[in-house]
Amino acid sequence: MYNYTNEQLESMKKVEATRQERCGKLHRRLTAEEKDAVLKEYHPDYITSAYEVLKVGPNKGEKVLHELADVLQGKSRVLDMDIDLSKPDYETDVLIIGAGGAGSSAAIEADNAGAKVMMVTKLRIGDANTMMAEGGIQAADKPNDSPAIHYLDAFGGGHFAAKPELLYRLVSEAPDAIRWLNDLGVMFDKMPDGTMVTTHGGGTSRKRMHACKDYSGAEIMRTLRDEVLNRGIPVIDFTSAIELIKDTDGKVAGAVLMNMETKDILVAKAKVVIIATGGAGRLHYQGFPTSNHYGATADGLVLAYRAGGKLLYADTLQYHPTGAAEPTQIFGALVTEKVRSLGAQLVNKNGEAFVYSLETRDVTASSIIKECSKGNGVKTTDGQGVWLDTPQIEILGGEGTIEKRIPAMMRMFGKYGIDIRKEPILIYPTLHYQNGGIDISADGMSTTIENLYVAGEAVGGIHGRNRLMGNSLLDIIVFGRIAGKSAGKKFKEVTLKDLTLDHVKSFDKELKDAGLNPEILSPKLLPNYTKQPAI
Amino acid sequence: MENMVNVYLFGKKYQVPSSLTIMKAMEYAGYQLVRGCGCRNGFCGACSTIYRIKGDKELKACLACQTKVEDNMYVATLPFFPLVKEVYDIQKISPSEQIMMQLYPEIYACVGCNACTKACTQGLNVMQYIAYAQRGDFESCAEESFDCVMCGVCSSRCPAGISHPQVAELSRRLYGKYIAPETTHLLERVKEIDDGKYKELIETLMNKPISELKELYNNREIEK
Repeated sequence: MYNYTNEQLESMKKVEATRQERCGKLHRRLTAEEKDAVLKEYHPDYITSAYEVLKVGPNKGEKVLHELADVLQGKSRVLDMDIDLSKPDYETDVLIIGAGGAGSSAAIEADNAGAKVMMVTKLRIGDANTMMAEGGIQAADKPNDSPAIHYLDAFGGGHFAAKPELLYRLVSEAPDAIRWLNDLGVMFDKMPDGTMVTTHGGGTSRKRMHACKDYSGAEIMRTLRDEVLNRGIPVIDFTSAIELIKDTDGKVAGAVLMNMETKDILVAKAKVVIIATGGAGRLHYQGFPTSNHYGATADGLVLAYRAGGKLLYADTLQYHPTGAAEPTQIFGALVTEKVRSLGAQLVNKNGEAFVYSLETRDVTASSIIKECSKGNGVKTTDGQGVWLDTPQIEILGGEGTIEKRIPAMMRMFGKYGIDIRKEPILIYPTLHYQNGGIDISADGMSTTIENLYVAGEAVGGIHGRNRLMGNSLLDIIVFGRIAGKSAGKKFKEVTLKDLTLDHVKSFDKELKDAGLNPEILSPKLLPNYTKQPAI
Repeated sequence: MENMVNVYLFGKKYQVPSSLTIMKAMEYAGYQLVRGCGCRNGFCGACSTIYRIKGDKELKACLACQTKVEDNMYVATLPFFPLVKEVYDIQKISPSEQIMMQLYPEIYACVGCNACTKACTQGLNVMQYIAYAQRGDFESCAEESFDCVMCGVCSSRCPAGISHPQVAELSRRLYGKYIAPETTHLLERVKEIDDGKYKELIETLMNKPISELKELYNNREIEK
């Protein structure tokens, strides 16, 4: 048994006492006005002191969080280097920066299109947020559902801010993404007759969440990785991209690479570049813990921004409602939304349910923060939290449901002596997803830089200002494939002129002209947790 | 004062708080990790680690991000292990026993020592799933191995030189593609979309003013 405090144990008893009664009824849903109110008052995106206005670059005058401003307006790593661009170490048709789900999908499609493809990743292929996505992947493939209903769910859930042409592709190509993955051998949860087992996610109006137990992302990622390796696509691992290279016409033409271990600098020349670098949780915006992998430091946004890539909605982040709040060893780790899909409620320290469990993520997270600020949270080692009443799943779905449907969760807590079948768990919102990113058009190309494609979490605008569960695993596949196919066509018509890094120098001059003299090197590449308590 | 324990990182002694995981203890000691650290949440298999508690005969294996330090723990990370990954074309192979014979014949040299199972950082019955693979029972192999994070510790302990995680990966792909029942409603929907059935419907939505979309969204019917 985990070493809970007496206060926590007392509170847990209250949760047990009300469980049976709560199982029978769902908490009422919030009205549109109530949602707006709780977001404005409690969502971290609305804390104005956490933001500053960008002084240079394509989004000059717009506000972003301090931590992002620091890296977007940081000092380039190549400024003081003498790099010979005339003798590239690598030459390829398509260079993919990042080797998670989006990068790997892009690589497979570009390879299908006949391009010579190369991937670089600062860690290993698959060390990515994709690997950790637990809950599932949306696609409107059931008879009572349609891509149009999916569109409305996602558009409304994203506060009517998604770029319609991107969302159109996301929902229209979703069923084919599932078919494609299934055809590669991904093991989706199915009924004996082949019908997909699907559930709700926060904000969905149809049960369209497909899953591979609660290893959905891992199962997809390891399959894509295996396929990339089968095709012999070169994956240059432990090698980061630290700057984009352009040609004298201003087209993107490759990247400066750095070996993460030896610090050797290498030059990759490419006719087309795809940024698939993922998110930014490891910047720990506003001091939040994160569910993200070790390398999520917004590198792609920094590279693109310095080269003139416009960002969209860079000010909006997703705080997943349920990060682990206890045990302290896994503080911030993701507790999949599927736990709530399967029937677990959010309960305060008095044993009362205080919000409908499957509101959209931003509303649910804000409601949890609100409940804690009202004094109804449970004190934890690192702050406070509320209960997620996991034993309800066994009551509602029958004994064994947890082991069958969310084995990773059972294992994660089991390691610390917490049996989630019998005891509820403590959770608090955790920094989960970068809603914003590089602005692209429907073919995946940056709206402001020729030859630069973007896929996955590094894109902004697919979801708007909030994202529904299961639409991120979907977007990495759909837009990874789009970027790969587009790049696979585009490279054939590209002729590169001489390579240059002049844009880096002019960005530096802009910084100085704006009175900024940054010392922080960016991209950040990895967080530094040495000699300090890690978040 | 927090309770401190002694850990020996690659043999060198450090004092660290007892509440830390091995990974956080390394960082606390001053290591800036590049290798051996990926998702930090037990899914990616980057941080396989072997350790022995002083005075204990048994060599244990774990994921550094998922395991708490203990007093007198001797730790060596295993950030890379040379698994053998055979290359194949998933579109051309078939789910028969022969495929294992061709690609991973060493599985038939398993001596049944069960060291793989004892070493598994996920607590899987590794030897059992290899036995299923030997028999060409890919469904059982896929199910039994499903929670594998491919950290490779099993293979590091195997006297027969089996790359268990790769055998399991092949089994899962064979099962997912060829053996699991086909999903008719999925294939039908893909065809409908290819035929343009929903194009107009979505475009109508795209062209509506936001106020109307809000109305539609707030009053949409929600499946029970």
